[in-house]
Amino acid sequence: MVVPILFGVSVIVFFLMRLVPGDPALVILGLRATPEGLAAIHRDLGLDLPIHRQYIHWLGNFLSGDLGRDYRSNEAVTTLLAQRLPVTIELTLLSLLMSTAVSIPIGVQAARKPKGWADRAADAIGLVGISVPDFWLGIILVLVFSLGFGIFPSSGYTPLSVGLAQNLSGFVLPSLTLAVGLAAVLVRVTRSAVAEVMAMNFVRFLRAKGLSEPAIFYRHVLRNAALPIVTVTSMQFGYLLGGAVIVEQVFDLPGVGNLIVTATLERNFPVVQAGVLIVAAFVIFVNLAADLLNLLLNPKMSEADL
Amino acid sequence: MSEKRQLQPRSGTPVLLRMAARSRAVTAGLAIVGLLALAAMLAPWLTGGDPSEMDFNTIMASPSRGHLFGTDNFGRDVLTRVIFGLQVSLVVAISSVTLALIVGVPLGLFAGYRGGWGGAAIMRMTDVVMAFPAIVFVVALAGIFGASVTLMVLSIALIFAPIAVRVTAVASSAIKNELYIEGAQARGASHTRIMALHILPNAFAPIAVQASALMGIAILFESAISFIGLGVQPPTPSLGLMLAENRPFMGNAPWLVLGPGVCILLAVLGFNLIGDGLPKLFGRSARS
Repeated sequence: MVVPILFGVSVIVFFLMRLVPGDPALVILGLRATPEGLAAIHRDLGLDLPIHRQYIHWLGNFLSGDLGRDYRSNEAVTTLLAQRLPVTIELTLLSLLMSTAVSIPIGVQAARKPKGWADRAADAIGLVGISVPDFWLGIILVLVFSLGFGIFPSSGYTPLSVGLAQNLSGFVLPSLTLAVGLAAVLVRVTRSAVAEVMAMNFVRFLRAKGLSEPAIFYRHVLRNAALPIVTVTSMQFGYLLGGAVIVEQVFDLPGVGNLIVTATLERNFPVVQAGVLIVAAFVIFVNLAADLLNLLLNPKMSEADL
Repeated sequence: MSEKRQLQPRSGTPVLLRMAARSRAVTAGLAIVGLLALAAMLAPWLTGGDPSEMDFNTIMASPSRGHLFGTDNFGRDVLTRVIFGLQVSLVVAISSVTLALIVGVPLGLFAGYRGGWGGAAIMRMTDVVMAFPAIVFVVALAGIFGASVTLMVLSIALIFAPIAVRVTAVASSAIKNELYIEGAQARGASHTRIMALHILPNAFAPIAVQASALMGIAILFESAISFIGLGVQPPTPSLGLMLAENRPFMGNAPWLVLGPGVCILLAVLGFNLIGDGLPKLFGRSARS
């Protein structure tokens, strides 16, 4: 399933970029453009070939790790992505960590005690979390914690090599911003997954058998409820990466999202192409990994279900 | 069956209102959305009429009786701009969701009811489009064709259409096994007739729930895309664009970012409340 989807995605990305009005050779040469110079660049970039051959050429290069060159800086796109990916990955992982750390315990508690404090908290997080615009939340967090209390930096990125503390403190507000939307979805899914499993007959049977409540809960209920939680988390990964594009803009983080937006504004196609494809591939592989994890968690599911 | 019959109220509004009264979430959501929509529609009469009117005597004035949300760095009234921005947001959301439903629902009906290789092809296509992180897709399209409101509506619709296809397909493939569909087939009704008169009305509940959630997401997308400069272009007022323009001044004038943000939050919250409450009104069938 993964290969055909990736193929479809690559076709769409490639042909979209070819729809772009304007000549990339003009972007490269700028005012120095002469007819001969333009023709030479067209030959270099393979733009004089028929479009299907351009695609095959591009895909071949892509698969062998050659993602083309930045039209402006002439740097290899692979190098650019290698610089930017760690930032985006750190941002998404930290926000994944933050949202699961809050939403799973609350969701579980909400399912165990309906109408309790956790249930109400889950209602509130679930509703407000999906309704708040992430970029605005980021702005407000900066207003309060950077401009107001001066605890965290309002923007910018410190590489890990400079120091873990500085690096992390720059990620606190962006990750928190990104985490809220995901937490909203996860808290709802966790609550309903746990509640559904707890209502099942096998749980009643385990109780009748005299198994202790904690044993039932941790060994049986949580394990069964983990399936939908893992699936939904992986499905949300695409939203997380999309959100990262916006959040990186708000906090001026040099991640892939930032790269794509800047390249888009500069009509720097090789960078946009590679960036979009990498992000899409990432989403597809995370979904595949989640399916495999579910296979491990649930022996009843067979490989045929994937 | 009795649950499903409630889906087709005989007379329009009063029945809908009576239904809404049964869910506090839907009532609250309808109230919020209704008020905001009313304000947006009456924008020229509620406000001074011109969102771009500058007044250099009141630059970055804090909220007061004359300027409830304060004024910005050009002395423009923030509330006026918020109301006009809301107009743009709602127009973008309504048109993109409507467009997505017009395209997605028939395809979903076909894929769910008829299936076959055509249905499978439709479903695979939705897989491909849904593999793109939505915002990245809109950003790339804006870069290619140039940022504009029309493009934003089209690209949001393109992202939403596969979702509409999925929801409709899942609902219709469940409905097609019902006895009354078999009955219709036995009577010799055409497939088109069955899809239009029997499947579609019964798939209405999940589609309505999804549409309501999509309205909220569309408003979030519009404001986010405009915020990064690839959506609504100045001088058209847009909530996202306003936040980007006002942000540099927020240290001295926090109201510049409060008004527009709270307005987006409320609008999205309204649609989400409706989406959350609807399944309760429609009965179990609407829960996906």
